[in-house]
Amino acid sequence: MAETPPRIAVRRTYKLYVGGAFPRSESGRSYPVTSADGSHLANAALASRKDVRDAVVAARKAFPGWSGRTAYNRGQILYRVAEMMEGRREQFAAEVAAADGVSAARAQELVSAAVDRWVYYAGWADKISQVVGGANPVAGPFFNLSEPEPTGVVGVLAPGGSSLLGLVSVLAPVITSGNTAVLVADERAPLPAVTLAEALATSDLPGGVANILTGRLAELAPPLAGHADVNALDLAGAGGLAAELEELAATTLKRVLRPGPEDDWADADPGLARVRPFLEIKTVWHPIGR
Amino acid sequence: MPDTIPGSLRAYLHGLPGVDEVGVQRRAAGLATRSIKTTAKRQAIDLAIRMVDLTTLEGADTPGKVRALAAKAVRPDPADPSVPSVAALCVYPDMISTAARALAGTGVGLASVATGFPAGRTSLEVKLSDTATAVEAGASEIDMVIDRGAFLAGDYAKVFDEIVAVKEQCGEAHLKVILETGELVTYDNVRRASWLALHAGADFIKTSTGKVTPAATLPVTLVMLEAVRDYQAATGRQAGVKPAGGIRTTKDAIRYLVLVKEIAGDDWLDPAWFRLGASTLLNDLLMQRTKLGTGQYSGPDYYTID
Repeated sequence: MAETPPRIAVRRTYKLYVGGAFPRSESGRSYPVTSADGSHLANAALASRKDVRDAVVAARKAFPGWSGRTAYNRGQILYRVAEMMEGRREQFAAEVAAADGVSAARAQELVSAAVDRWVYYAGWADKISQVVGGANPVAGPFFNLSEPEPTGVVGVLAPGGSSLLGLVSVLAPVITSGNTAVLVADERAPLPAVTLAEALATSDLPGGVANILTGRLAELAPPLAGHADVNALDLAGAGGLAAELEELAATTLKRVLRPGPEDDWADADPGLARVRPFLEIKTVWHPIGR
Repeated sequence: MPDTIPGSLRAYLHGLPGVDEVGVQRRAAGLATRSIKTTAKRQAIDLAIRMVDLTTLEGADTPGKVRALAAKAVRPDPADPSVPSVAALCVYPDMISTAARALAGTGVGLASVATGFPAGRTSLEVKLSDTATAVEAGASEIDMVIDRGAFLAGDYAKVFDEIVAVKEQCGEAHLKVILETGELVTYDNVRRASWLALHAGADFIKTSTGKVTPAATLPVTLVMLEAVRDYQAATGRQAGVKPAGGIRTTKDAIRYLVLVKEIAGDDWLDPAWFRLGASTLLNDLLMQRTKLGTGQYSGPDYYTID
C-alpha cells in the first residue's frame, strides 16, 4: 500500500481590511511579525499612505448608511460582532499569548475582557442619546432638545502592548455611536487585529464601517492625521508622534482625543469617556403652542 | 463642406478595415498602466482641467445652478487663482442665455446639446431649428446626436445628410457629433460612425450623451482617436475627440491623456482638439491638485457640489 503523502500546510495570509474586503497592501509590501520573545510568527501586510487614502474613502462611503441606522440596530450588529469573537476565542487566545507574551490562562482572560468590552459598547449604542442629549429648560415657549450625532470618519491609532483588548477598547466606542473608523493596528502585534477584522467581516457590520490597517505607525499616522476628509482622531497609540499628529490634525480642525497619562482605555468601566469625544451635539428649538 | 466620397457611402464605410477587438482592449489596458507622477502629474492635472467641458444636463437644471456652474467653470477653485479655467460649459439649449451672461468676457466656451438630445428621435426640421436657436442664443459649440436607429438600420446616407445639414446651421459654432457608442455595440460600428461623421464635416467626435451605459471607455476612445489621426493623414483636416460620461477620477482622466499622446500624438494634447465631458471629475482633479501642493489628502467637503 502506498504511503499517504504528508499534507501540505495551508498558511494564512494576513491582509488589510478596507471597505469590507481583504486587500493586500497597494504597495505590495509586507513585514515580519515576531512574538513577544522574538520568534517569527507571520508576515503582515505593510500598508502605505495610499491604503490610508483608500480606507478613508471606504469609511466616508459607509458613513451615511451606518450613522443613519437606528441606534438599536447598531447595538444589535455590534453584539453580533461579540458573538463572532466568542466563536474565534481559541484563535484569539493563541495570538494574544504570542503577541503580548502572556501565559495561556492570562490570554484567555484578556480575550474574555475584550469580548465583554465589545458587548459593553454594543449595549451603549441606544443609550448614548439619553445620557448625553436631552430636553433643556429654556426661558420661552420652546421645546429645546439636544441630540448627539456622530462626528464622521474617525482615525484611530490602536494602543501598543495590548494587541486585542486595547484594540477593542478604542475601536468599539468610536463605531457604536455611528462613526466610521480607520484604525491603525499596533505595529508590533497586528495579528489579533487581522483576526478581529475577520470576525467583523462575518458579522453584519457593513463594509467600510471599520477599516483596519497594519504597518508602520510613523508612515501611516501622518497622512491620516493630515487627511482633510477625516473628522476626528484618537491618538491612543500615537506615543512620541502625538504632538506632531495633533499639529497636522489642527490644519483641518479635527477633533482630537489625546493619549491619556497611562492606559486609560484599560478601565473596566470606561463609561462614555471614549464615546463622548466623537459626538457632536445638535440642539433643536421648536415652538410650543398651536 | 462635406468631403465627396467616391462610390457609395455604404461600400466606403464597410470597406474600412475591421477593428481587432481583443487587440484594442489590450492596447488600451496596457496604456492605462502607465504611471504618471509628480511634475508630470501636475502638468497632466492642469491640462485635464483646461480640457474639461463642465456639464450639467439634468431635467432639474435651474438658472441658479447654471450660474453657479459657470462661476466654477471660470474659477474652479476660488481659493487658488493658479487653477486654470475649464474649456467650456455644456448645458441644455434653454439655459444658453443664462450661461452666456454668466460667461461673457471670460474666454470659457459655451457648448449646448441640440438636435433632440439625448435620443435624437425628432424630425430634421426640429433638429435644425433646435440648432439654430442654440447658435442664436450664443452657443459657441453645438453637441449634436446622430440618429442611431438610422445608423444601425444601415441608412448611412440619412445620418450623413443630417450631420451636413446641422453643420450648415452651426455657422461659426463648432460642431461636436455624439456617436453614442454604447448603442453602436461593436468597435467596427464605432469606426464607421467616426469616419462618417468626420467626412460629413464634424469638428469633434464625441463618445456619448452620458445617458446610456456604457458611456466613454478607453477602447472606444482609442478607436476614435485612430479615426481622427488617420482622417488627418488622408485629408489634411484635423478634428477633435471628446469622451464623455463615466470619467470621474483624476486617474481616469490621465489615462485618457496617455491615450491621446500615444494614439493621436502631441498635436491633440490641447483643449482645442481633446475635451473631457464631465461634471464630478473636476472636483477630483482639484482635490488631487491640492494634494500635490500641500502633501495632504483633501476631502470633498472643501469643494462645491455643483
